[in-house]
Amino acid sequence: MAAAASPTSARTDRPTIVLIGHGMVGQRFLEALAERGVTETSRVVVLCEEPRPAYDRVQLTSYFSGRSAEELSLVERDFMDRHGIELHLGDPAETIDRAARTVTARSGLTVGYDTLVLATGSYPFVPPVPGKDSTGCFVYRTIEDLLAIEEYAKNVTTGAVVGGGLLGLEAAGALTGLGLRTHVVEFAPRLMPVQVDDGGGAALRRTIEDMGVTVHTGVGGKEITAGEDGAVTGMELSDGSRLDTDMVIFSAGVRPRDQLARDCGLEVGERGGIVVDATCRTPGDTAVYAIGECALACDGRVYGLVAPGYEMADTAAAAIAEQDTDGFTGADTSTKLKLLGVDVASFGDAHGASEGALDVVYCDSRAGVYKKLVVGADGTLLGGVLVGDAEAYGMLRPLTGSVPPVSPEQLVLPAGAGAPVALGPSALPDDAVICNCHNVTKGTIRGAVTEHSCTTVPEVKKCTKAGTGCGSCVKALTSLVNDELEASGVIVDKGLCGCFPHTRAELYEVVRTLRLASYEELLASHGRPEARDGDGCEICKPAVGSIIASLAPSVGADGYILDGEQAALQDTNDHFLANLQRNGSYSVVPRIPGGEITPEKLIVIGEVARDFGLYTKITGGQRIDLFGARVDQLPLIWSRLVDAGFESGHAYGKALRTVKSCVGQTWCRYGVQDSVRMAIQLELRYRGLRSPHKLKSAVSGCARECAEARGKDFGVIATSNGWNLYVGGNGGADPRHADLLAQDLSHAELIRLIDRFLMFYIRTADRLERTSAWLERIDGGLDHVRDVVVHDSLGLCDELEALMAAHVHHYRDEWAETLNDPERLARFVSFVNAPEAPDPSVRFTPERDQIKPDLTLLAGPTLPVRTLESVRPLEGTSAR
Amino acid sequence: MTTATATPTATEAATTAAADSPTVEILGPDGWLPVCTLDRLSPGRGVAALLPDGTQAALFTDRAGRAYAIGNRDPFTGAQVLSRGLTGTATGRPYVASPLLKQRFDLANGECLDDPSVSVPTYSVRTRGGA
Repeated sequence: MAAAASPTSARTDRPTIVLIGHGMVGQRFLEALAERGVTETSRVVVLCEEPRPAYDRVQLTSYFSGRSAEELSLVERDFMDRHGIELHLGDPAETIDRAARTVTARSGLTVGYDTLVLATGSYPFVPPVPGKDSTGCFVYRTIEDLLAIEEYAKNVTTGAVVGGGLLGLEAAGALTGLGLRTHVVEFAPRLMPVQVDDGGGAALRRTIEDMGVTVHTGVGGKEITAGEDGAVTGMELSDGSRLDTDMVIFSAGVRPRDQLARDCGLEVGERGGIVVDATCRTPGDTAVYAIGECALACDGRVYGLVAPGYEMADTAAAAIAEQDTDGFTGADTSTKLKLLGVDVASFGDAHGASEGALDVVYCDSRAGVYKKLVVGADGTLLGGVLVGDAEAYGMLRPLTGSVPPVSPEQLVLPAGAGAPVALGPSALPDDAVICNCHNVTKGTIRGAVTEHSCTTVPEVKKCTKAGTGCGSCVKALTSLVNDELEASGVIVDKGLCGCFPHTRAELYEVVRTLRLASYEELLASHGRPEARDGDGCEICKPAVGSIIASLAPSVGADGYILDGEQAALQDTNDHFLANLQRNGSYSVVPRIPGGEITPEKLIVIGEVARDFGLYTKITGGQRIDLFGARVDQLPLIWSRLVDAGFESGHAYGKALRTVKSCVGQTWCRYGVQDSVRMAIQLELRYRGLRSPHKLKSAVSGCARECAEARGKDFGVIATSNGWNLYVGGNGGADPRHADLLAQDLSHAELIRLIDRFLMFYIRTADRLERTSAWLERIDGGLDHVRDVVVHDSLGLCDELEALMAAHVHHYRDEWAETLNDPERLARFVSFVNAPEAPDPSVRFTPERDQIKPDLTLLAGPTLPVRTLESVRPLEGTSAR
Repeated sequence: MTTATATPTATEAATTAAADSPTVEILGPDGWLPVCTLDRLSPGRGVAALLPDGTQAALFTDRAGRAYAIGNRDPFTGAQVLSRGLTGTATGRPYVASPLLKQRFDLANGECLDDPSVSVPTYSVRTRGGA
């Protein structure tokens, strides 16, 4: 970094832009500069107080549910390098010399600027109550604050949050998540006084109290009391009562951080905030801009939300690039968020402050739902508040300012309770803003489909940026894209394939509830009319075969997949219980649970490989793959393996593959649990479980994570208190770190939770949808899965556990079963009319002391092999 | 006959397994060749047959009991694997999907459904005898 070389950063020929503050808005500003090419013509220097680059402060609380600091980061790994931006972390600006046009940072670094941008954000307001500096008092703003709270919470049992606004409730959620008895103290008569009205506040309060949080409204903290050691013991409230608590989090609002600006004589507002004009420039100094929460916009307001901050960042970047800009003259402060699992939204004139405003209210205290719309005398929708069910937000907010096509009461009634037709985003005008974060209108989204030929939601997201901010509009976006596709003649068919109009999850339910264990019957009763007399297809056959195999013991089917009709449903790999390779030969993978193997068994594998001349390779899953077997050799190879105690490794199936492990506590000086024993137990429990796609797992014996469990569909990491369970990880082309589902589980709890998780995945995933894609796709994502499998919100858990118990009970080794039955063995011939003849086209040549396929034998009029993409939809896309 | 490994004894062994099931025959270069009994074929699943000239055929039946035979060689990869693909019906045409890269071939005329410029040979099939 430049700072290391010289205390005064050198001036260059290029103009220099200095950004003070690298929060969400600061990062957005840098991106906006890069998009406009300014980073190529100017030198850009960033001074950042925090020790890490910009991260998603809005999602801060998710840090406690397992999201790491890295995952919260908003900065692409090579962003700074790619654009030549100099980022100084942990080095806050301390003084600005406007006459000399320099900024000096804490380290002594002085940088000259041509343009200065302040994005210093805000600081948490701590009310001046006595005792506020006691040990155990915190604010809730940065990752460092969270780390300190987490550490302190380990040794205490009760916490109180001062402030019942948005951030206060976030903080309360974090405390309950840490296992503390939690109080919220709000001075106003209701929770979230800025966003919601009394009715909404009451609904919110009931739901939050049901979660065990104690809410005190209409009172303030008068004094924090501390013990002799200086640690918090409680809080005296303004009504004379007392609250015993071990820690206090202040979350009573934020104030603009404008001290730097004050010190150098820039104009600030009466209640704080750096005064700026519509281009976000300070009126007193044309070289200085201020954006985000530290700025006092030209409408006289300080905006504490991220969307207006982003708009200011874009405005300032456009002004610096000397491009036309509409300017920033004010913003919509509509919000939708999930607080402690409760949907809360407010938009427009939520409090009915406009003259002649009338309310339309729907309130169901039992369900914790409160909805209010504010309408003008002429029927214009002015705003509203939604608590407990904010489903309609995506549609209502864009309608604000217009007269909705249906009456307001129909807009608040729940579906099925009198609302005649669900009013979708199709009813919105083209200029309605669908994505508030990126200011994308319905017209732009329609254009992405009609003019830019986008045919899927991810394509539209990429093309328009819509839905890539807070994500609250994705539902409306999806429905719009589908409407538009349909209107342009593209049929959006969610059916599995040309034979079935149902999704895989729907077919699973049909098989399960009707106990329909026959593909032919399923096709005849549930297939598309035009497909009922046909032979099915290669997409639905294995999918249905897999569903029947998953449910076999519960629907009266045989778990052995190669008898009767089921045999005809299996892909060639399952059909021969081995993996087809490019020259028509197969590979063999015996199960090696947890990667643990005795020397004797290792020798048997070596002898088999040697005797059959197989190419031998260690796999990534701690097993051994033996390549180059002909169909007719498979039973001979397996009879030797089964005799030595091996069983099928299911490398050929959409099924559990392997559970990797590190060596664990038994040998490793860092290990805290026996990871090998756990891995073996898990692998033996779930072996043979057929699922929508392959399943991989791993167990690490400590937080060093040598088994790479977070790259797996379900990964287990040992802690000193038990086991943490992570789900939805993936390696490969689209890597994803697994999310923490639950922590510090006992042995039995861990297994019960994995049972439920896997069975819920098998029940609801699409064909060839890995857990990572499934977790991202399903409504509610990880939170929903946690609700279902941890909190049993759907009452399914008993059934999921019973299904898994049946699977475990009925498991048999497929290869042993096959070898014991001459009829089953009959298929393992290369030629039906010459059972003893080996396939002459399967030949090998030597390479590095082993064999490789001799492809010259396959030559002839071979066509150039193209990727399937050009011919058929890729594996993994269910659309056809 | 060239280098075919299909000896008459092996053929007889395979075809006499179930005497009461009709025999399936393929029309090869040297006339009708008995391949196996019909009960060795299950709808939706193929088997491979070695022809006297050393080439390979893939033999299938559909749900209605009709038998089809096409070349076993997948023209996209050169591997002799079409008999191990999954069958299906697309707009009334019976097909097999290659187990390697999944291109589909019409069982009746050998045409590739995903690339009409490509096709595989077809063979006439008949069933004879049986109880």
